[in-house]
Amino acid sequence: MTEPLPAPALILRLALIALPVVVLAAGLAYVHGLFDPGRLTPALFVDTLQANNGVYAGYRRNHAKGVCVTGWFDSNGQLQGVSRAALFAPGRTPVVGRFALPSGNPYAPDSSVPIRSFALRFTQADGQQWRTGMNSMPVFAVGTPQAFFAMLKAGSPDPATGKPNPDTLKAFFASHPETAGFLAWVKTAHPSASYATERYDGLNAFYVVDTGGKRAAVRWRVTPLGQQAQASQGEGSDYLAQDLEQRLAVGPLRWRLEVAFAAPADPTDDASKAWPAERRTVVAGTVVLNKALAQNEGPCRDINYDPLVLPDGIQASADPLLPARSAAYADSYLRRTREVGALHAHPEARP
Amino acid sequence: MKLVPQHFAPLARGLHWAMAVMLLAMLFIGAGMVASVSERHVWLLNVHKPLGIALLALAVVRLCVRLGTRQPPLPADLPMPQALAAKCSHGLLYALMLILPVLGWAMVSAAGDPVTLAPGVQLPALLAANAGTFALLRKTHGYLAYLLFLTVLLHLAAALYHGLIRRDGVLRSMASGR
Ligand code: HEM
Ligand code: HEM
Repeated sequence: MTEPLPAPALILRLALIALPVVVLAAGLAYVHGLFDPGRLTPALFVDTLQANNGVYAGYRRNHAKGVCVTGWFDSNGQLQGVSRAALFAPGRTPVVGRFALPSGNPYAPDSSVPIRSFALRFTQADGQQWRTGMNSMPVFAVGTPQAFFAMLKAGSPDPATGKPNPDTLKAFFASHPETAGFLAWVKTAHPSASYATERYDGLNAFYVVDTGGKRAAVRWRVTPLGQQAQASQGEGSDYLAQDLEQRLAVGPLRWRLEVAFAAPADPTDDASKAWPAERRTVVAGTVVLNKALAQNEGPCRDINYDPLVLPDGIQASADPLLPARSAAYADSYLRRTREVGALHAHPEARP
Repeated sequence: MKLVPQHFAPLARGLHWAMAVMLLAMLFIGAGMVASVSERHVWLLNVHKPLGIALLALAVVRLCVRLGTRQPPLPADLPMPQALAAKCSHGLLYALMLILPVLGWAMVSAAGDPVTLAPGVQLPALLAANAGTFALLRKTHGYLAYLLFLTVLLHLAAALYHGLIRRDGVLRSMASGR
């Protein structure tokens, strides 16, 4: 060891050692959000969903009540000119899907909301996947994660009453004019008696990419093929799953996969704005379902229908809801996969 | 008589500094992406996965280089506890460097997600999909990443202590030489 340092030099050098350590630690804390507790994070979204709906161990923190389905996609080849994704070549691709209600409460009555959802995972022979979650409405209520968060907050229970305050929600909608399209739809919407008769819209825009790398902005939806609405809804509050079982006992259910192409002026970054109905639409094929399984044991349980799991040939748009969904779904997925044991302990028992 | 090396081999030094920068970047990318819902989340995750796998490849090369070259010895007068701490922390750094990317790959596999490094570029699954396994691996990936960060900070402080206080040539052995 060399000569000892005089005290001032020693102190200076110790400070020089501490400096990079402190800067790095503070930097990591900063990017992790430690210094801005108000930052919109995936955890904050999921915490708020839990505050609004309650915590149901093992269940999705949103769209909690649902049922798994399996089947396949028969591609007619119509889309392969504009998307190089293998599943759009003529042929069959297996799918695992899930129908659900949008609420985070797995015991919500089927008649409590007019919205139903349909998520699909397509698995190509090469292992690439396409996952999409669609809702039975023509537009999303809001266009940004910030507005969605504000909407969740406005729907949070009031500490005084334990219920959401209608005035807070009213004030939210009044201050968010982009919700007009959604509110107009809600006025006319009724809870359907069946998952099978609904049209489900992907809402967010994406790009399809051809073999030459050319991109085209699209939105997709599935429309029911020949499923008849029954005269009345079933008994009780869980009639949707029963209806699905009964229909599948008779035969498979079908939806047409329709892909609408944006005109140059159509918004690709705002899911609260519908595109005009006359946009050029290509039918890519048929989604066929032939089996339903209870979600606690079914193959959809452990799938995160992250809308950014895309095959080569489909790309995300700049829609800001997409990264927010991807991040929040990952957080919800981690919370619920840690709790899968709780699902076996009380299969579908009511609390 | 063969001379005792004063410096790490040039290849070892190159790998050390390149990986130091990349690992720190990975830690900041990881910590940042899980706290963001913006475009940044996706952008960072799309860097995180291929960079993490590149680091796995580099870590394997580095382990071979480490086993295949001679290291300069620690100063003979280094107190025993410090020498032990040096050996243990280096062992921990190697272990975490190898384990973390494997954990990342395994946990993405256990979620049943395709291990996508770039559009159309996919690694095979390391494990079959299993929810419980995913949750365990994902938590471990987080904890071990922050353990790596703490170990790196300790390592950095120790290196500067050797360079600025002890001035015993330990920092120089990694910083320069032929
Ligand atoms: C920033 C906005 C949004 C947030 C924070 C959000 C949050 C969530 C969360 C946390 C889940 C549960 C995920 C899981 O545990 O697997 C979920 C499920 C779902 N979300 Fe969203 N969501 C958003 C926007 C949307 C939009 C725009 C759509 C429609 C296109 C949508 C459709 C769905 C569907 C269909 C599911 C159920 C998927 C399944 O059945 O597993 N969400 N959402
Ligand atoms: C040297 C290698 C790596 C380091 C240092 C590292 C570090 C990190 C860190 C610090 C986090 C945030 C943990 C948290 O706060 O919970 C993280 C998350 C994550 N890492 Fe890594 N990682 C590495 C390799 C990988 C690899 C190779 C993959 C996959 C191929 C991967 C996939 C992920 C994923 C998917 C997340 C979670 C993202 C989310 O939940 O939104 N990591 N990583």
